[in-house]
Amino acid sequence: MADEAKGGALEFHPMDQFIVKPLFGDGGVGVFSFTNVTLWLALAVLCVFALMVLGTSRRAIIPSRTQSIAELAYGFVYQMVEDVTGKDGIKYFPYIMTLFMFIVFANFLGLIPMSFTTTSHIAVTAVLGFGVFIAVTAIGFIKNGMGFLSLFWVSSAPLPLRPILALIEVISYFVRPVSHSIRLAGNLMAGHAVLKVFAGFAQVTAVAPIAVLGVTAIYGLEVLVAFIQAYVFTILTCVYLKDALHPHH
Amino acid sequence: MEGDIAQMGQFIGAGLAAIGSGAAAIGVGHVAGNFLAGALRNPSAAGGQTATLFIGIAFAEALGIFSFLVALLLMFAV
Amino acid sequence: MATETSTAEKVESGLPQLDISTFGHQIFWLVVTLIVIYMILSRIALPRIASVLAERRGTITNDLAKAEELKKAAVTAEENYNKALADARAEAQEIVAKAKADIQADLDVAMEKADAEIAARAAESQKAIDEIRAGAVDSIKTVATDTAGELVGVLGGKADAKAINAAVAARMKG
Repeated sequence: MADEAKGGALEFHPMDQFIVKPLFGDGGVGVFSFTNVTLWLALAVLCVFALMVLGTSRRAIIPSRTQSIAELAYGFVYQMVEDVTGKDGIKYFPYIMTLFMFIVFANFLGLIPMSFTTTSHIAVTAVLGFGVFIAVTAIGFIKNGMGFLSLFWVSSAPLPLRPILALIEVISYFVRPVSHSIRLAGNLMAGHAVLKVFAGFAQVTAVAPIAVLGVTAIYGLEVLVAFIQAYVFTILTCVYLKDALHPHH
Repeated sequence: MEGDIAQMGQFIGAGLAAIGSGAAAIGVGHVAGNFLAGALRNPSAAGGQTATLFIGIAFAEALGIFSFLVALLLMFAV
Repeated sequence: MATETSTAEKVESGLPQLDISTFGHQIFWLVVTLIVIYMILSRIALPRIASVLAERRGTITNDLAKAEELKKAAVTAEENYNKALADARAEAQEIVAKAKADIQADLDVAMEKADAEIAARAAESQKAIDEIRAGAVDSIKTVATDTAGELVGVLGGKADAKAINAAVAARMKG
């Protein structure tokens, strides 16, 4: 075959970066074993700790650089929660802040060359997405009782249309956690795979300059995506929470 | 031989699925362009709608990501 | 990519994201991570940042209030200054007026005294003049009477004192 000869020179392994492998020993991946996933999750925790605790340890009235970043993150998420869910959503702010800080740091740590992107794994984002889904549904039923079901009954629509709309609403409601988690994992996986593909093209001397430029450009885009996906995940969580707190259209 | 044909089908399918990414790109461009058009008409209202803009972009993009995922599954998982 | 070996590899590894054997591991560590981050944020970081922000807001408000107070104090001080200036001016005017009045009073007293003295002197002089005049009339009468008696005597008449006196008086009246 034509690309068999080429295949020897051009090695593409864009998906290898996502392989979960143990850091010590060659054994399989058990539930409690220490793998690269564990390492980069722990680093995300350390970064959150460094920014939010060590950065603010001086409690300065005139903030240092790190402290103002921490305050900026706080204000950003607080404003988002308040704007989208209203005053009664504020008590869920720590949970949403946890999600935001974790996703932001996991995304940005994944951009370090040779690192492992924990949020590119569907197992991770599915836990986040379904966690939000289950929590929000539970909150909706606890706060509104059966009134929560009025979320699916669009009272502003003409009566004959309502059952059809209700069906669509129910389907879209149950698709939410899927799209919520796949969006995050897919965006990061796609971006990192594209980076690796461009890096693979750099093996060919003729296109290497273009490939390097491409890697640079895609990297810039990925920095943007890393933040925007965290923002989108957080704001969609807020929107779902708003639906649970105020289900009436 | 049969394996080759099956693989060809995989690759062709993956390529077709990847068209969805381009379609999503059109969708995202539509969202952003319309937002910009609206924002230029009424700049004072634009600031409050950036969240809506990102949600719209996220929804449009998610579907592109789905098609990309189908392509990836065909390439690597099937 | 289409080589037999890579195909075999692919079948072996597949998409790493779909490797179900690692899911338990990832989910376990993710849950641990989320719980730790939640603890860090809700126990330490968020209350601290909230208190710092509240403190800053308080400080800014206080500073603004203090500035307002200082401004008010400055305005009051200026008012006091103007008032003091006006008071001082009024007092000075009063003092000047008082001094003028005192001087006027002194002057009046002195004038009065002088007038009285002048009047007394004038009266005294008048009296002296009157005395002198009265003395002069008497003297003239005596001289006239004497002269008339002598004249009458020289002329050979017998001087009647009573007639001479009456004649002199009549003459002097005339």
